[in-house]
Amino acid sequence: MLSAESLKKIDHEVTKYPADQKQSAVMSALAIAQDEKGWLANETMDFVAHYLGMPAIAVYEVATFYNMYNLQPVGRYKLTVCTNLPCALSGGNDAAARLKQKLGIGFNQTTADGKFTLKEGECMGACGDAPVLLVNNKRMCSFMSSDMIDQLLEELSK
Amino acid sequence: MTQLTQILLAGLNPSDPNDWRLRNYEQREGYTALRKILNEKIPPDAIIGEVKKSALRGRGGAGFPTGLKWSFMPKQYEGDKYLVCNSDEGEPGTFKDRDIMHHNPHSLIEGMAIGAYAMGIRTGYNYIHGEIWDTYERMEEAIDEARAAGLLGDNILGSGFSFQLYNHHGYGAYICGEETALLESLEGKKGQPRFKPPFPASFGLYGKPTTINNTETFASVPWIIRNGGEKFLQIGKPNNGGTKIFSVSGHVNKPGNYEVPMGTPFAKLLEMAGGMRGGRKLKACIPGGSSMPVLPGDIMMRTDMDYDSIAKAGSFLGSGAVIIMDDTTCMVKALERLSYFYYEESCGQCTPCREGTGWLYRVVHRIETGKGRIEDLDLLNNVADNIQGRTICALGDAAAMPVRAMIQHFRDEFIYHIEHKKCMV
Repeated sequence: MLSAESLKKIDHEVTKYPADQKQSAVMSALAIAQDEKGWLANETMDFVAHYLGMPAIAVYEVATFYNMYNLQPVGRYKLTVCTNLPCALSGGNDAAARLKQKLGIGFNQTTADGKFTLKEGECMGACGDAPVLLVNNKRMCSFMSSDMIDQLLEELSK
Repeated sequence: MTQLTQILLAGLNPSDPNDWRLRNYEQREGYTALRKILNEKIPPDAIIGEVKKSALRGRGGAGFPTGLKWSFMPKQYEGDKYLVCNSDEGEPGTFKDRDIMHHNPHSLIEGMAIGAYAMGIRTGYNYIHGEIWDTYERMEEAIDEARAAGLLGDNILGSGFSFQLYNHHGYGAYICGEETALLESLEGKKGQPRFKPPFPASFGLYGKPTTINNTETFASVPWIIRNGGEKFLQIGKPNNGGTKIFSVSGHVNKPGNYEVPMGTPFAKLLEMAGGMRGGRKLKACIPGGSSMPVLPGDIMMRTDMDYDSIAKAGSFLGSGAVIIMDDTTCMVKALERLSYFYYEESCGQCTPCREGTGWLYRVVHRIETGKGRIEDLDLLNNVADNIQGRTICALGDAAAMPVRAMIQHFRDEFIYHIEHKKCMV
């Protein structure tokens, strides 16, 4: 259900916790599963539950509670732009508007070619670098002026 | 900036990509405090005493005296105890812990190892904000380095003291910055806060005695042990020891982290951040992260940056996130965005917060969009009253406080918005 490489990563995470507390690894296990699959289908979550010896419902609870898990398919690149107050004071809304305009989609939508999904994010803890956005949860892009956004989209469109 | 007293970011060279590494940290006197403690077998009580003397207070937001917190851990307890670092830095405006972990990760590791020794703890976790993935990877690498050098793990430096430290990442939930929500999350559950008491010192991670401190708090500890609590205290002011990193964001020329002694005038900090962008006028400032009451610019300009001075001025130092707003800022719009944030991030456990944050957002939203009524101002205060103090954790208070303060200090602007259906600015 998950690749050997993903399972190896999950196994490593499990070693961080006491032997009887494997559930502690569920957040990283879901993140690893999502990295491989792109999103968390029920069968993926069921697999993680089985792998960690948890009830499936307990895994669903975690997946639905934390914002960065994709509970539906997303584009190849999920762009999450922060519009919280500190970012908004330094162009966060302009960055969001530029992305909407260039991609022709609104928040929570995916481009027709399946390449980009746009999300509105909450504070990423990088307010000094505003405007900031995240690519697929892991790559943070700072000082995202219109020019920088255009460059990023060009790079990702290749 | 070299003339300034720095502790947490002292001696760092941002242009050197390897400056965070163990070797560089050791050149900055890194791990000498831990080595000294282990070589000289300094009694744990003496370490806690030194931290108490330093007047180090929790840098995460609550400002609780660190030495006192450490002394709450049961000494005679035979079973497992845990040390947890709260690096789930999600309070809008705050980005200091990210810089500490990115540029000086070993200061955190050494601080946690010292804390573990002082409290007789053998296992620790560093819970890192989900959105800063490269920082998580940096911390993973730093822990590997420390372990390989025998500074973490079993029988550290042959002393008989063992301490295992692991990183754990969040995945997008503001509430996990609340310490008991963080513990739930670390146990692999939804991050919903626990009732207190029992406090984590008696019932924490996996039900075991646990101490939780912020990243900046731990990272201050090695310096305190190296130089003495008294010296740390003297850098700041009584009851407000040491330096503090302020994260300055918003309408300034040079947003960023600035480490200054406690008690530094706000005007000086603003100057360090390059002053107001475009030379505009300072209208308002949220001095301690988005959950803290906003203060008008003129009050801020007369205030010093320490716990007690900011409290006296009517707000809180909180996490040290200084959000600067100039005279082009519409305070209704600013509040609308913050209220949306708390509505979005309420964990849904307590009714006053789950329902009340929705009410706050919807009412501020209707004022912002020109559909407000004059009675809405009383309604907002009433909703805030019914949230504050009536929830398990402080997120409810965090949602209510900005509303009250915005209406208190900028009432005219809200009234103008309601009457003219547009912004005053």
